[in-house]
Amino acid sequence: MNTPVPADWYLLLSAALFTLGVIGFLIKRSLITVFMSIELMLNAVNLSFVTFAHEWHAVKGQIFVFFVMMVAAAEAAVGLAIIISIFRVRGTLTVDQIDRMKL
Amino acid sequence: MNEPMLFLPLIALLPLAGFLLNGLFGSRLPKALVSTIALLFPLLSFALVARAAWMVHAGLALPVAEANAPTWIAVGTFHVGFQFVLDQLTLVMLLVVTGVGFLIHLYSVGYMEHESGYWRFFAYLNLFLFFMTVLVLAGNFLLMFVGWEGVGLASYLLIGFYIDRKSAGDAGIKAFVTNRVGDFGFLIAMFLLIAHFGTLSFSRITAQLSAHPTLTTGAATLICLCLVLGAVGKSAQIPLYVWLPDAMEGPTPVSALIHAATMVTAGVYMIARTHALFDLAPAALTVVAVIGTATAFFAATVAIVQTDIKRVLAYSTISQLGYMFLGCGVGAYSAAVFHLMTHAFFKGLLFLAAGSVIHGLGGEQDIRRMGGLRKTMPVTFWTMTAAVLAISGFFPFAGFFSKDAILAAAFQHGSTGKLLWMVGLVTALMTSFYMFRLWYLTFLGQSRAHSASDGHDHEHHHHAHESPWIMLLPLVLLALLSVCGGWIGIDRFAAFLAPATGMASAAPNAGHTELFLSVLAVLVAALGWFVAHLFFGRRTSAADDAAQRLAPLHRVLEHKYWIDEIYTSLIIRPIQWFARFGLGWLGELTLVRGSVWLLVGVTGLCGELLRRWQSGNLRSYAAWLAIGAAALLIFALAGTLLGMNSLADSIHWAVR
Repeated sequence: MNTPVPADWYLLLSAALFTLGVIGFLIKRSLITVFMSIELMLNAVNLSFVTFAHEWHAVKGQIFVFFVMMVAAAEAAVGLAIIISIFRVRGTLTVDQIDRMKL
Repeated sequence: MNEPMLFLPLIALLPLAGFLLNGLFGSRLPKALVSTIALLFPLLSFALVARAAWMVHAGLALPVAEANAPTWIAVGTFHVGFQFVLDQLTLVMLLVVTGVGFLIHLYSVGYMEHESGYWRFFAYLNLFLFFMTVLVLAGNFLLMFVGWEGVGLASYLLIGFYIDRKSAGDAGIKAFVTNRVGDFGFLIAMFLLIAHFGTLSFSRITAQLSAHPTLTTGAATLICLCLVLGAVGKSAQIPLYVWLPDAMEGPTPVSALIHAATMVTAGVYMIARTHALFDLAPAALTVVAVIGTATAFFAATVAIVQTDIKRVLAYSTISQLGYMFLGCGVGAYSAAVFHLMTHAFFKGLLFLAAGSVIHGLGGEQDIRRMGGLRKTMPVTFWTMTAAVLAISGFFPFAGFFSKDAILAAAFQHGSTGKLLWMVGLVTALMTSFYMFRLWYLTFLGQSRAHSASDGHDHEHHHHAHESPWIMLLPLVLLALLSVCGGWIGIDRFAAFLAPATGMASAAPNAGHTELFLSVLAVLVAALGWFVAHLFFGRRTSAADDAAQRLAPLHRVLEHKYWIDEIYTSLIIRPIQWFARFGLGWLGELTLVRGSVWLLVGVTGLCGELLRRWQSGNLRSYAAWLAIGAAALLIFALAGTLLGMNSLADSIHWAVR
């Protein structure tokens, strides 16, 4: 009843989430979805960080997760702003059409 | 240590300071300040030289080498420093260079007053003075070469001073390129000297030569011939004289300073400076004498028919330089330097007076359209007369003493010397003739400005006026020098120079021969005057008649023996042809353009391939990123699994 969930499972989940993120990043055409995939990958990594930190009783890993979350928040703010301005100018968010490396 | 303070470097550096000030800021300075700077620094320099001369007179022992000269090049035992040395020869040269140089600076203030680029002119002139003083003060060949090249540069800049005239630019290039041929000889001579002596210092080479003359005659001759090539280029002797007549494109004070009084005598100075080497190479000396005599004769014949006042003087300069070479060639170095000095006086004066005439006539240079200027330009006339008498060799003007000394030395120089003396005497006749021709046509008779091709030109003559005092003052001073400059006499002059140039080989066998030669020289000069008087003094048609009767000869002379044309077709054209077809088509096409094209092609191809990568498509970038990450992972994993590859090991270690 009290047996903890083995660390392997967490890692497997993390790997699955990360792979989903990569696949989403590669195949989705909407910029919003691509952005969400990035967040997914970040959180997958966060999960593995926490897992290892718990497993090895090292608090550094957990602290690192906070950093990642913070950076992700900042990145989300900037990224969404960019997405909005792209949409205003180009009228589309299809990744394949946004290939000129400028607005 | 009571080493006398001579401030030798300062003599050279003061004009350099003038050059820097005027060259950098001259365009923004008022004209008066530019003139002040341009005059002050050469004057200070001259004051230092005069002070040194006074100290020598008061008993200072020469030569004085500057102590603690900064090192320039030190390789093993080979050592070259920025060493300045003052000896008798240098002192004479310095007095001429800075003294006449200052007077010509003064003259230029008046002459160049209305020219644009006033500051530029004086900056160049000061630069020239700097390099010329370096040339004569240098204690070794390399430093001398610096001055040698520097005066060439200044000469080039000043010949091409009128930058809006293509002919001026061409003349500058011609002078520069022709001098390169001579410089090549100078450089080879320096390499040979290093090989034989291991030093370039004048004093050390002389010391080695006198201590144990290991130098064979052959080696000495080779070195000397290379030096002669350099001297021939700089001093405008056959076959490299062609640049000097064209150099008259420059402003007249430049012709006076650089192309008459100082720079062109550098070759003579160099031979006198290295006389210790030349004394070991009689063959080279003979070459010098023959070249000098031939040039003197040849240039004098051309000068007879030239109609441009400055060109007459240019050929006359070449001819007089030939005399100096003759003097060097017969071992009478002091006589050559003596003539160098007096020539600087009277030829500088001739050019300045010619400039005054040109100035007064508003740019007219053709002596056929002059005449009758005696009344309107009295000072110019009388000073010019002094110079004409001096160059013709009339007693007691300066030219008489120096030319006489050279001819006497030639006469006493064996059987070949007699022949050279004959040619020299004939040249003296021609010199007197063409100088008086110039004198008659310019100053006497009626003004011929009206007979010019169209009637507008006569306005020039109405405005013919005497030059301002600032131009006349140098004329008068130089005229005094042209009259009195020779009175010191060759014997005293030679005795003074003896420590630097050695005694003249043939001691003057006193009395009759000497006197006979002198009288003969004056008679010849008088004959030249008389002939000129017959032709040009009474009626000008006599000269035209003579030209008619001797039409073929006249044509040859008028075209200067077609030397320029011959050089063009024999040397310049083949070189241009080779440059165009040999180098231009083969070298340029295959080597230069080929390699460039290859470089461009390879780069372009790589770019074309790599360009496709940078599609801008986000998902393709992401895909490459993913593939790369996967590849790294697999690589690291493979290392872990195999565990034997050292590279994989290290990566494994890094990943872990």
